[in-house]
Amino acid sequence: METGDPAAAGTDTGNRGALARLVDDASSRKQFLRMVGGAGAAGAFATLAAACGEQDTPIGSTQRDPGTEDSFGPGDIGIVNYALTLEYLEQDFYEQIRKSGEVTNRALKKLIEEVYSNESEHVAALEKTAEQMGRPVVRPKTNFDSVLEGGQPKILSESAKVENLGASAYLGQAPRVSDRAVLAAALSIHTVEARHAAAFNKMAGEGFSGKGTLIGTIPDGPFAKPKTMQEVLKEAKKFLPEGIPELESPGA
Amino acid sequence: MRKQDFAHPELATVKVHGMSREAFLARATLAAGAVYGLGAVGPFVGKALAESATGLEATGDIAILNFALLLEHLESIFYDQARRRVSLDSDAQKLTEELALNEGAHVSALMTVIGTLGGQPTREPEVEFGDAFSSQTSYLKLAQTFEDTGVSAYNGAGPMLESKEALAAAGTIVQVEGRHAALIRMMRGQEPAPKAFDDALSIPQVRTRVAPFLVG
Repeated sequence: METGDPAAAGTDTGNRGALARLVDDASSRKQFLRMVGGAGAAGAFATLAAACGEQDTPIGSTQRDPGTEDSFGPGDIGIVNYALTLEYLEQDFYEQIRKSGEVTNRALKKLIEEVYSNESEHVAALEKTAEQMGRPVVRPKTNFDSVLEGGQPKILSESAKVENLGASAYLGQAPRVSDRAVLAAALSIHTVEARHAAAFNKMAGEGFSGKGTLIGTIPDGPFAKPKTMQEVLKEAKKFLPEGIPELESPGA
Repeated sequence: MRKQDFAHPELATVKVHGMSREAFLARATLAAGAVYGLGAVGPFVGKALAESATGLEATGDIAILNFALLLEHLESIFYDQARRRVSLDSDAQKLTEELALNEGAHVSALMTVIGTLGGQPTREPEVEFGDAFSSQTSYLKLAQTFEDTGVSAYNGAGPMLESKEALAAAGTIVQVEGRHAALIRMMRGQEPAPKAFDDALSIPQVRTRVAPFLVG
């Protein structure tokens, strides 16, 4: 959870120290794996766990982080609404790409149809889940003009980024989910986003690791990196001109 | 959530149970470590994990992780043999080298986690891949089966894990398996993501699928 945890909240003012190095640096991870088995094993495991995305609030913390999870509601419904918001964004993205007529490459067109169909199913499933949990978020206003104006190459590279972002977003939330059924659903979507990301990057001619954090077919090497809500929303907000909409009122 | 509410009915059969006090304790302590730096909580983490390991064994986290390790061993050996024995074009060779590295790293990581939880990591199995290595085509076909099965195995096991730390570790691995699956499928001219929701398989279901490749 992002609340009160400066490391997780991405304010970069906290003492991330060894954890951040482990997360961000492949050679540190290798070193970690080599050193395991010694006296530091328990601590090392904690480091791995933290590196793998467990970034929870310490008990007693009262700091809030308005503008992220507070916008989506508390606990599991908040996570579902957050996921739904990202899926709305993705669905709109591919819908506008399809309407633009910019994509002429046959293979890319086919992939976009496949991904669009997947994202629409994700939206439908998450909408239903959010409704059952009581407080669905409303569909955000989106704007992808900057991508569409760049034509097919820009569409391809941004699709890759959006999907890598989606995969890291689901990975960041998985350990925060309480309800095992919601978790199962999130996991089954997570790997589909990962497939999309690898496919777009492959089609873009990217190698396994890419130039930026959201590029490459297997950009983080053997262990995918999670992203917190705040990290994801920071990337996504360029497509959300009016920000995150208010929740629909409960019991409406 | 009721069973019929699920987009994927198979997921509804996943066994649901609460988090143990031990897992909760470990989680809270690890979270403190994330904020204050690892050194500050070292002794507490050790204690929490020791307590946690007891709860984990009772509920099967170590058994689940060991099953994941068996699959990673299988994949790791498979790609290591393939990269040396199969006549591959340059793209397939490159991908196979990457897959071998990734799966080898997964083996190391899972052995680490299992050992740290107080479990005994399962040994490398004896394997039998039949005539899969006779051509690039037959090799990639089996590779796709392994990767798609791996994704479904992790997705089925994830919600059964008691410890959030084990879940986080499994999550970072399964995303990479999903990427592998997509890359192999594309190399075979197939849709990278044929379903909107990846299947979740139970351990016995996965065992049945991989049994032909395990000796004894």
